[in-house]
Amino acid sequence: MQQVHLNEALSKLSVLGIYASMLLYAAAFVVLAIHLSRSASDNATVSKSANRLETIGTWITVAALAAHGLGVLGRAIAASRVPWANMYEFSITGTFVVVLIFLVSQYFRKEIRFIGTFVTGFVVLILGIATNVYYVEVKTLMPALNNYWLLIHVTVAILATAFFNIAAALSITYLFKTAKWQTEPKGRIAETKWFKTLQRILERFPEESRLERTSYRFNIIGFILWSFTLIAGAIWAERAWHRYWGWDTKEVWTFIIWTIYAGYLHANATRGWNGKRSAWLVVVGFSAIVFNFTIVNLYFKGLHVYSGL
Amino acid sequence: MATSQRSKKTAPAETASPEAVETGTAATGRPEDHVLATEAPVQPVLGLTGWLRWTWRQVTSMRTALLLLLLLAAAAIPGSLFPQRTADPNGVTTYFQQNPTSAPIMDKFQLFDVYSSSWFSAIYILLFISLIGCVVPRIGVHAKALRQPPAATPSNLQRMPAYAQIKAGAAARSSVLVNAHKLLKGDGYRVVSDGKSVAAERGYWRETGNLIFHIALVGVLISVGVGGAYSYSGQRVLVEGDTFVNNLAGYDSFNPGIAFNENQLTAFSATLDKFEVAYDLTNPTNIGTPLDFKATVSILERGQTQASKQVIRVNEPVEVPGSKVYLTGNGYAPVITIRDGEGNVAFSGPVVYLPQDSNMTSLGVIKVPDAKPSQFGILSFFYPTAGTLKTGALASVYPDPANPVVTMNIYKGNLGLDSGIPSNVFSLAVHGLDQLTGGKTGVKSIQLKPGQSAKLPQGLGSVSFDELRRYASLDIDYNPGQGFVLFFALLALLGLVMSLVIPRRRVWVKLSSTGYEIAALARGDDPMLNRVVGELSKALDPQTGNAKKTSTKSESPEKA
Repeated sequence: MQQVHLNEALSKLSVLGIYASMLLYAAAFVVLAIHLSRSASDNATVSKSANRLETIGTWITVAALAAHGLGVLGRAIAASRVPWANMYEFSITGTFVVVLIFLVSQYFRKEIRFIGTFVTGFVVLILGIATNVYYVEVKTLMPALNNYWLLIHVTVAILATAFFNIAAALSITYLFKTAKWQTEPKGRIAETKWFKTLQRILERFPEESRLERTSYRFNIIGFILWSFTLIAGAIWAERAWHRYWGWDTKEVWTFIIWTIYAGYLHANATRGWNGKRSAWLVVVGFSAIVFNFTIVNLYFKGLHVYSGL
Repeated sequence: MATSQRSKKTAPAETASPEAVETGTAATGRPEDHVLATEAPVQPVLGLTGWLRWTWRQVTSMRTALLLLLLLAAAAIPGSLFPQRTADPNGVTTYFQQNPTSAPIMDKFQLFDVYSSSWFSAIYILLFISLIGCVVPRIGVHAKALRQPPAATPSNLQRMPAYAQIKAGAAARSSVLVNAHKLLKGDGYRVVSDGKSVAAERGYWRETGNLIFHIALVGVLISVGVGGAYSYSGQRVLVEGDTFVNNLAGYDSFNPGIAFNENQLTAFSATLDKFEVAYDLTNPTNIGTPLDFKATVSILERGQTQASKQVIRVNEPVEVPGSKVYLTGNGYAPVITIRDGEGNVAFSGPVVYLPQDSNMTSLGVIKVPDAKPSQFGILSFFYPTAGTLKTGALASVYPDPANPVVTMNIYKGNLGLDSGIPSNVFSLAVHGLDQLTGGKTGVKSIQLKPGQSAKLPQGLGSVSFDELRRYASLDIDYNPGQGFVLFFALLALLGLVMSLVIPRRRVWVKLSSTGYEIAALARGDDPMLNRVVGELSKALDPQTGNAKKTSTKSESPEKA
């Protein structure tokens, strides 16, 4: 077995890239948030100038993604392997893919821009947790992980998670737009300034049916990728753990997530379950994904242990 | 899955009419069975067959499938909260020790065998009954649809989600239908003309894919069940130099499926020649991290005279006839010889020590029931690279054997092995035994390096550490179903992709008094619907290309 050279200096440098991207994402978040509140203004000139802010915010996101990409690449070179063998690496690579898909989707559907605040805010949060809680120095791979299935299985899992993530942002927006307390406010709440601003912001978002449909399209891509993750994981498990399926805690949660999204697809074709209920299923499904990646990884006993974290 | 109709008798696309579009049933592309399900119970007299039919419709309805899926997801959760006998048997034992009152009650509810429990099984069996009951009738409906021409052009096209009206003169009108027929046919549509209009439909593969997906899931379930019945999984710890012979007695533990037959064990033997570990030696913060485990084995099959040398690694099992041999663990096995007080050899051989930390500090137990004048047991630690802590205690500082040391504490007394109750070879019940070395006894623990020997206290005899070997934990597994599981899983994936991405769509071109109309209707989600109408109108009228779209409702309103 060949010795692997770990470049710790480069690894430290790559963390700087991640910190730089966090600053830029935070800046993009602020700009996009200001854009949202301004675009909701009654004043026509103010709401018009807000469009510029959206463009600026998007370009800051692009810059952040570049710094983020350097951070991920630096980590990969420092470790001489794919950058997703522990939770820190999975977080930085996963969020990179989320932002990448978000920006690429804008090319096809410009309207998706409006979830920019969700995406940048979420990414800052995850990167903050990754650098503060999950961080570990570059390590060599444990023999069980040292296999080409790491490339296939985890890449697809990251992609699936990214698609589910964007779909969840869309469904949450949908739930805000259709929420009864928002559409039919009761009492004094309707008179408050913040409520009126919120309503105007929500008015600027795409209409409900469009949100629902776009979320559905992201979810079906996510579901196909998740199915593949599950199959690839089983193939790998047969080689590494001598059985293709053994109800390991991570396998259990992969199955639970798959089943929830399968339920979501059925809900979309069941009268009384489409609309709000299926949007709630998206929220439940994505919560299960977050739970799987945080609580299950850290506190549940299982075979999916990551070096240190 | 999501986009198809789980409708038993009526498939909306087959009966779609403008009226149906207006009522929203077919236009929404949503199944009708739930309507049946909610209406049926209010019927006054049902009778036995009526009730049976009603029950069957309930079971096979989309709503039931949805609820069962969500129930299945919820039911799977406890299996990740509590240790399971199949995945973590030691965890179950520990749980029983720590929760002596609640554990037996939980066990009654099969919370330690969730995935083979009656309640979990009930959910998925019901789910599959629902699936079969839903899919089988759909196969017939779909087979019929495949043989039938597209449904006739509706009278009012303006109600369709994508619609365009084009002004045209008599000359253009005379050729438009022929051109539309040709264009749509070229795009893979099935087309019929009735002289006044052209009706076209495409995307039959969507439903085909959906059916394939569901049928393949049944295939997965059957393969898992049948494969599991004939499968077996056996474990064996093999010390360097030792040989494993493939029969039931050769295993340390063995888990057969319910239909397992001992004749399934093919004759072969495996000798562990060498076990090697490669450690990281170059990176300062990572030194001592294992990079590779490598077990070199000689495998001798029936009829062979020459054993073949093979290498087993993690992720790289070795195939033998009828099964595969996997590497699942490793450790140290110091070879120990014990002579009793009368000078007879009471124990001799390699002792498997269980690793306790990443530097391979290992714990071993030796029981010497045949020693004279007194039985005794030994609790022993092994340090591959022993270092002394500030407290004076030993610790392993590196996992490779650079300075191997064995320490031993002697416990004298009745080991209880003669009572016939099976006991764990890896643990020593020290209660009731008399500790002679280490701890509070004031007598130093015995410390040995390879080749050294020492006298035991109280004239119990002597012990020697003869040499150091390594061992490998091997898993010998056989599952005849797994190839089928993979096949059906990939088939399901293929069907899933087909059913989610192939658009099922109808397109109509119809002559009107001032020109012609183009309309399209999708079954299921179809982001291209408006573009299809736009492109078709352009293709039919290349000169002007000024199709006036009177209706471009944002997109297809339905999402099945």
